[in-house]
Amino acid sequence: MDKSQLREAVIDIIKSIAPDEDLNGIDGEKPLREQIDLDSMDFLDIVMELRVRYKVDVPEQDYPALNTLQGTVDYLHPKMGNV
Amino acid sequence: MSGLSAGIRLAHFGKKVAILERHDRVGGLNSYYSLGGYDIDVGLHAVTNYALSRKSPTGALGKILRQLRIRPEELDLSPQKKSRISFPSVTLDFTNDFAYFIEAINEAFPSQKDNFRTLVAKVEKHDPFKTASAPQSTREMLLSIIREPLLVEMLLAPLMYYGNPIENDMDFRQFVIMFKSIYMEGFARPKRGVRQILDLLVERFENKGGELKLNSGVQDIVVKDGKAKGVELYDGTYLPCRSILSSAGRLETIALCPETAPKGKQPKAGVMAFSESVNILDKHPQELGFEHSIIFFSNRDKFRFRRPDEPFEVNDGVICVPDNFEYETPLQTDMVRITNKADHRFWEKINRLQNLPTKKEWHQKSLEAASTVGRHMPDISKNLKFVDIFTPRTVERYTGHIHGAVYGAPVKVWDGVTPVENLFLCGTDQGFLGIIGTMLSGISIANQHLLQ
Repeated sequence: MDKSQLREAVIDIIKSIAPDEDLNGIDGEKPLREQIDLDSMDFLDIVMELRVRYKVDVPEQDYPALNTLQGTVDYLHPKMGNV
Repeated sequence: MSGLSAGIRLAHFGKKVAILERHDRVGGLNSYYSLGGYDIDVGLHAVTNYALSRKSPTGALGKILRQLRIRPEELDLSPQKKSRISFPSVTLDFTNDFAYFIEAINEAFPSQKDNFRTLVAKVEKHDPFKTASAPQSTREMLLSIIREPLLVEMLLAPLMYYGNPIENDMDFRQFVIMFKSIYMEGFARPKRGVRQILDLLVERFENKGGELKLNSGVQDIVVKDGKAKGVELYDGTYLPCRSILSSAGRLETIALCPETAPKGKQPKAGVMAFSESVNILDKHPQELGFEHSIIFFSNRDKFRFRRPDEPFEVNDGVICVPDNFEYETPLQTDMVRITNKADHRFWEKINRLQNLPTKKEWHQKSLEAASTVGRHMPDISKNLKFVDIFTPRTVERYTGHIHGAVYGAPVKVWDGVTPVENLFLCGTDQGFLGIIGTMLSGISIANQHLLQ
């Protein structure tokens, strides 16, 4: 999966959790939680969806890497090159 | 309902999960039945935590729906018109706009304006889901802020009726949850009542691959070396499992584990039980003068929340008019539901032949106390087309909850942990009460213990 596909995959996950949020204008460099209404339960769901859909485990100490959309994509890319 | 919510979470994330329901339908304490050609709900009067008008998913209801991957419109909620707290000398109306309630309090209790604001600030600051605090007396807390005891009683009555397992007082944490749920976020009702919610939860659960087994009461939980290995059903079927989440109640669940001999002092069972009459009228409640969605009443200035010494405590209660919500097209069930506290000891012992006449006698008293005596609602005694009455005995029989105590035991198990390593509690005895609480309970225990 390349980075733009990965970006789409992450957006797809967020959309499934928060269908009422507008994700079109997301700035990849800014913290997600400043742009859309995601609480800690929603955030954990993103992690769990990643695990179920793509078999990637994100250990708790790596959560800060998922703060922004771009950060998430960069973090996941090497882990799921073969997906 | 907590079990279904947990089940949806588990099935969604790929766990193999079965829900075992001993009854022929789901819901437990929030369920339904049909009698005399009428569809009747048990439990649920209204959904709390509405707050959808703000389009904010940050409220408790929004959080839960996201966790269950349910869109708000699927619940088909219609907001309340207005509700009332009706005491002998003062009435307070509230709507889903919290400012309306503040104004009503300022008018009725002008001296308490600032004090009420202080209380609201305290409630807003308190996060009941984060603090693992020791139980704290709500009465003491309220009386230290609010100088009018009558206002304290009036604030407590609805919150205790809709989610308090203990007598006379309330844990402050529970108070905060209920205060936000009811006064700040408000009421709404699905047009089809509890069926709407249950059908949706079942459909979601089964679509995600969960298996729902009705008429499958659990006889025993088989425990070996402190671990649950499986369950045995009433019909002798044995089902092995990796872990169990039980919404049967704490004592009720432990009683299912014969190998686990209870050590030391046992926790107490709950004693707060209720009766409810379902009254079908010969005309629309509005024609008789019902304006409110829900009325919480008391014929005494000092509200008593404790197990009564009489079969029904008729001098306070809750009146719910399902037709009085803001539906797009009007609803005409012509139904008025009246809830009173009840003494489970009386109803457990009653002789079968006396059950019905006694229920009728106390129903009559209940109607009088709420209408001609207390003047909280119109007199409906001449307009009754159909009446059904259920008591704590009925609730215990259908749900298995000891004493028919709908809010469970007084001491809660907030972390859901039991003496059996892979057996967890959700629902009433875990501690989040009310309709939204019960779903949150299933979700959070599943998240915490079975999904992490």
